[in-house]
Amino acid sequence: MDKTIPAVIKKYNGDETRLMDILIDIQAELGYLSDATIARIAKTLNIPQVDVEQTVSFYHFFAREPRGRYTVYLNDSVVAQFHGRAAVVRAFEEAAGCAFGQVSPDGCIGLFDTACIGMSDQEPAALINDVVFTSLTPAWAREIVAGLRAGKTVAELQGDRLGDGQNAHPLVHAMVCNHIRRRGSMVFDDYQPGAALRRVVALSSSEVIAQVKAASVRGRGGAGFPTGMKWEFARKAPGDVKYIFCNADEGEPGTFKDRVILTELPQLVFEGMAIAGYAVGARQGILYIRNEYRYLRAYLEQVLSDMRANNLLGPLIVGQAGFNFEIKIQYGAGAYVCGEESALIESAEGKRGEPRDRPPFPVEKGYLQRPTVVNNVETLCSVVKVILNGPEWYNNLGTAESKGTKVLSVSGDCEWPGIYEVVWGFSVNDILKMVGARDVQAVQVGGPSGACIAPKEFNRILAYEDLATGGSLIIIGRQRDLLPEVVLNFARFFRDESCGSCVPCRALTGMAQIVLEKIIAGRGTPTDLDRLSAWSAIMKRNRCGLGQTALNPIVTTLKNFRGLYDQRIKAGDDRFEPAFDLAAAVRDYDRAVAGT
Amino acid sequence: MATFVKFTLDGKIYLSEDGAPLVEAARACGVFIPTLCNYTGIPPKGACRICTVLINGLPATACTTKVVEGLNVQTSTPELESFRQAIVEILFAEGNHLCPSCEKSGSCELQALAYRYRVTVPHFPYLFPRRDVEAWHPKLLKDHNRCIQCKRCIRGIRNPAGKALFAFGKRGDRVVINIDPVTSQNISDALAQQAMDICPVGAILRKGKGFDVPIGRRTYDRTPIGAELRS
Repeated sequence: MDKTIPAVIKKYNGDETRLMDILIDIQAELGYLSDATIARIAKTLNIPQVDVEQTVSFYHFFAREPRGRYTVYLNDSVVAQFHGRAAVVRAFEEAAGCAFGQVSPDGCIGLFDTACIGMSDQEPAALINDVVFTSLTPAWAREIVAGLRAGKTVAELQGDRLGDGQNAHPLVHAMVCNHIRRRGSMVFDDYQPGAALRRVVALSSSEVIAQVKAASVRGRGGAGFPTGMKWEFARKAPGDVKYIFCNADEGEPGTFKDRVILTELPQLVFEGMAIAGYAVGARQGILYIRNEYRYLRAYLEQVLSDMRANNLLGPLIVGQAGFNFEIKIQYGAGAYVCGEESALIESAEGKRGEPRDRPPFPVEKGYLQRPTVVNNVETLCSVVKVILNGPEWYNNLGTAESKGTKVLSVSGDCEWPGIYEVVWGFSVNDILKMVGARDVQAVQVGGPSGACIAPKEFNRILAYEDLATGGSLIIIGRQRDLLPEVVLNFARFFRDESCGSCVPCRALTGMAQIVLEKIIAGRGTPTDLDRLSAWSAIMKRNRCGLGQTALNPIVTTLKNFRGLYDQRIKAGDDRFEPAFDLAAAVRDYDRAVAGT
Repeated sequence: MATFVKFTLDGKIYLSEDGAPLVEAARACGVFIPTLCNYTGIPPKGACRICTVLINGLPATACTTKVVEGLNVQTSTPELESFRQAIVEILFAEGNHLCPSCEKSGSCELQALAYRYRVTVPHFPYLFPRRDVEAWHPKLLKDHNRCIQCKRCIRGIRNPAGKALFAFGKRGDRVVINIDPVTSQNISDALAQQAMDICPVGAILRKGKGFDVPIGRRTYDRTPIGAELRS
């Protein structure tokens, strides 16, 4: 019997809350998780098989069947479609000899769709055995398949293609590009590692929180909760053991800023976590990072160990007695909903990423039932700068209710897709000009869960008080057929990514997709449009943000692009079921009886 | 000694034990709030959403809300009632529910609520999913066609060693409740009965016991759901 399973489980001390790590490591060794493997894991951990299956089957990247010696996960996002994904799909399928969703007959190549992998500025992109391939072309896809068949490794196929900045670092060694088009003063500015930590130890924990509060730092993940208040709740929550999470799950299609920040400035993020730990009284930090960024793993581990060596992590940080803080990296396995903080915590505990009911909030009972702070990557960066430059400096940036800067991920139909750090308050028009976008039909602000806005709203500004956003802008040109190319893709995305717990979200995401397909096929009725609007009200009663916003792609286009729906609604007297064409259904019969 | 607090249901003031689950406190006051995923004695989940009420004007699930002093609850508004009807309809449309041939007919909470909310014509597209019937466990039969994924069995059923017998599999509209193939080999009749009883629909059946109570004499054949309480 294979020794992998017991060895991996031993490495994690037989701790079932480490099930994610256990499964990731075992799959890396064995290729996939068979029935026998699951049974063995369950037996070794002394938990029921169904509990192991529960976690395994929730995540996209856990394979219950072989997915090929080489597994191609080709991004299936809207932006990938814009940039020629269909032709790349055909090339992969012809070369591999199997369709997407299948493994080639020789077992060599598996082809699979996957949700946005955070490379929207360099699509079409794919992950092949954890190596990122960007800006794919049909010719290159054929070359990759032929090369793998001929026995080349994935690394050999990547060759000397390397991206800019730290993407070329030997431990990253990726062809991914940063595309930092505009550097702002908060994140992508000069930074001396450790300076903020040295500053922070001169303050008490409540003084640190007071500074963060005085600066009015708000969460950068999209919801905009005041960071200082979150820290204070956690600090005041009873208990000796507390946790700081950095949420680097960034699954919102079109968002890739955290990838760039973690590539270029991981110390800044980790330093932010240590400051949060100091303020809250936590000694353990966890970076929860999406599986798609697995290629950063060795590099991030190295950064952490360098920081330990430089006394910026571990015991006695910057020589301060009592300032102990450690960070470990927790990888996800492919689930958008894990970006929701309580789902992220569930996942980190080795379970399916199902959002929890609140209260209790994570700041009271979070990871392992202990007080837990979950902050976005960018939020933690801004805290470091607040400590260094003071709350007044921070307060001078931005608008009345939105202080500081925002890092935007811009993709879609424009000249210069990439990363832009701007102060809050830029209008959509300002940004479109900056990124070289012309002839714009619509902008998807904040990803699929945000809003699809029309040109008449391009004078709106990015700020918590107007267009609140986690920072993604997908630019949709005039040439796109909005409903089938954008809205339908988003509808499918939410159907795939719902955790399935709340009834409305589980069922209506799929039902809305059915109705949308019917409308796109020209068989929709006016009643169908009314239904979609009514369903969005039902969806508002779901437990988490994913469920509450899952119909936003439909709702916001119904509001802003109503004409596109109306023109597809079948004209005629039959308001009820034009989908059923009675005359066509009985045509053969009519013909047959006509001759008698 | 329990402390009692005052709270308001639909404008009337009642007394309840501090911290009692709102659905149960309301029932004790004679006010019916429909539930499906909730089951007395096991931790609430707020999954089906049918018990959504307005707490100080804001929607919240009553199963996960605890009564505190001054809690102001609206249990019924036209919007809430039509939302509840929608939940029942959605559950019928997303699974395969054929009441006349179901062993649980008459004792089924989903069916009883469908009568209560007068579910007649479909407003949601029927999905007719392909689902399995799992009949190879020694004592239990799981008909996935009827499962409404309420997780009552997951939360409420443990073997004497404290191990789960049921767990979720997959996600989204592919979600399924799996039975542990090892644990299920060795369960008592009592636990099998408990699993069947905890299921609000006919998805978990104890083999050979489905028709122990004849149709016509089942729970809701006699009294419609919630009929003993003010609506």
